[in-house]
Amino acid sequence: MQFPLTAFNNVSAANPWTYVIFGLIGFAFGFTLEMSGFGNSRKLAAQFYFTEMTVLKVMFTAIVTAMVLLFGAVSLGILNFNLVWVNETYLASGILGGLIMGVGFIVGGFCPTTSLASASTGKIDGMLFMLGGFVGAFLFGETEKYFDHWYSTAGYFGRVTLDQVFGLPVGVVVLLVVLMALFMFWGSEQLERIVGKRDMSREPKLRLVGAGLLAATALAIVFIGTPTTEEKYDRVSFNRTVEKEQVAFTADEMLSSRQAFVHPGELLKTMADDRLIASIIDVRSEADYNLFHIVNSINLPVADIKSAIPSLLTDQTPNKVYIVVSNDEAAATEAWKILVAESVPNVYILEGGINNWIAVFGNDEDGITPLASAIMDTLQYAFNAALGDRYGCANPSPLLEWEIEFEPKIQLQLKRDKSGGGCG
Amino acid sequence: MTTFKKSLFNRTPKAYVHPYFGGMVLGIILFLALLITGNGLGSSGATSRIVTAATDLVAPEHVDTTPYLLKLAGGDKNPFDDWIVPVFFGALLGGFSSGMIFGRVKLETTKGPNISDRTRWLISFLGGVLFLYGARLARGCTSGQALTGGATLSAGSWVVMFAIFGGAYAMAYFVRKFWN
Repeated sequence: MQFPLTAFNNVSAANPWTYVIFGLIGFAFGFTLEMSGFGNSRKLAAQFYFTEMTVLKVMFTAIVTAMVLLFGAVSLGILNFNLVWVNETYLASGILGGLIMGVGFIVGGFCPTTSLASASTGKIDGMLFMLGGFVGAFLFGETEKYFDHWYSTAGYFGRVTLDQVFGLPVGVVVLLVVLMALFMFWGSEQLERIVGKRDMSREPKLRLVGAGLLAATALAIVFIGTPTTEEKYDRVSFNRTVEKEQVAFTADEMLSSRQAFVHPGELLKTMADDRLIASIIDVRSEADYNLFHIVNSINLPVADIKSAIPSLLTDQTPNKVYIVVSNDEAAATEAWKILVAESVPNVYILEGGINNWIAVFGNDEDGITPLASAIMDTLQYAFNAALGDRYGCANPSPLLEWEIEFEPKIQLQLKRDKSGGGCG
Repeated sequence: MTTFKKSLFNRTPKAYVHPYFGGMVLGIILFLALLITGNGLGSSGATSRIVTAATDLVAPEHVDTTPYLLKLAGGDKNPFDDWIVPVFFGALLGGFSSGMIFGRVKLETTKGPNISDRTRWLISFLGGVLFLYGARLARGCTSGQALTGGATLSAGSWVVMFAIFGGAYAMAYFVRKFWN
């Protein structure tokens, strides 16, 4: 079984039970916050005067527990991390928003979810914080238009995780975060003893066992490591409708049955279809790309595909189709294998590559002469000049699609819910 | 009946659970949410959606012409059609249930010893306005950014988390009368 469950790709009124699951998650969330004392503003505010460090202890225990379990599941191959929502990085709005939240926290004594736990247990201050929250959210919606550009672009880095920032294996970062948290817990207890004048000798010994377990699991993740692209490739499966029947394909079967290859005519049709976004990834060398390429395609040589994965995962529009293109099919197939292994949705290969494209759309065009080369995955045409996409057949008339017969292969497969996750 | 009500709402509150225990339970819930659904926890997004739904009732044209609201409720979009809405209402119910079980449901005001109820109500309201404005700006609050993004190792979320603590610690000295 693979997690996250595909059933949650379509959270909507059509699947009411998905809402029930989210309701239960929320219930458990609110219940835990209340039983940890987060319905009481004094307990929350005490954090910022070093008398009681409950907020930090609860928050960081939750973060490291979830993190260790999460990356443990990723290590064991149960969970596909590329399908887990990761908050995108917007440095500017994130820092400013965070500072404002901090001020709101110490002035109001709550954060949004703790105010729910407080309001629901009859605390008037919690109710007023909630009410103020509605006003704040309203004001944001009304004022966002004055800084929309800054809000959506300043310090934007997309889906980026700490291991990528520091260039370390995920397991090592997990271990470092656990160690940092344990150090912070130790420091918190010192502060509570000194500033809060609390007797810490009666703290349960069991917490040391918990600390040991966390560190041990993190160490195990370091040693097991996370799945490689090859291991992920073996686990990929495609649900396709073939002659009105649902068939599951492995990645290799997609290739051997030619299900992953689209005819130039179908690519042209997709490019002309306003309801679809055709993103053409040209994986050839820059030299070949400059000689000739299909209009609106981007040049991304095979060697650079892996580094582009995070940004491809960030930009998940449900009606986007990726088509990888090389001179023949060899390099494109190699790129396709990496992309599908990393869970980029709706990736196809141009059948016969650029050579086939020119054969279909520009065989008799001036300036393009066929070559008798038989070397695999090289251009079978000579070009008078490196015109890129300014050759006629680089941008054929969409009307041509009616004259070309092909077997349609593109089927959209949803990998994430339309809402995309996050607090949006 | 009155004794029943009294027994329900004016019991001696039980002690809170140990912070490490509460944190561990919260972490397991967060993990299960991420594992099963691919989404974490959150709530501020729902506040925004509820307000937008109300605006959409009163002034649909305004929603359709305001960029931020357009994304939530433009055209025939239903602002409630998002995972975060059931999480929000679930959290309200969950908080209430815990309060009932442990005898903490009581109409009262939690505040520092040196301010009046009215002052506390005013700063609660103001804090709420500020917090949610900041949360929408940062695209998530302590739950959606700090907890969820913290656990998935999102670089931006860790920055937001430190900014929250930084903002609160920087301001704490100036508002110490509210709490001590």
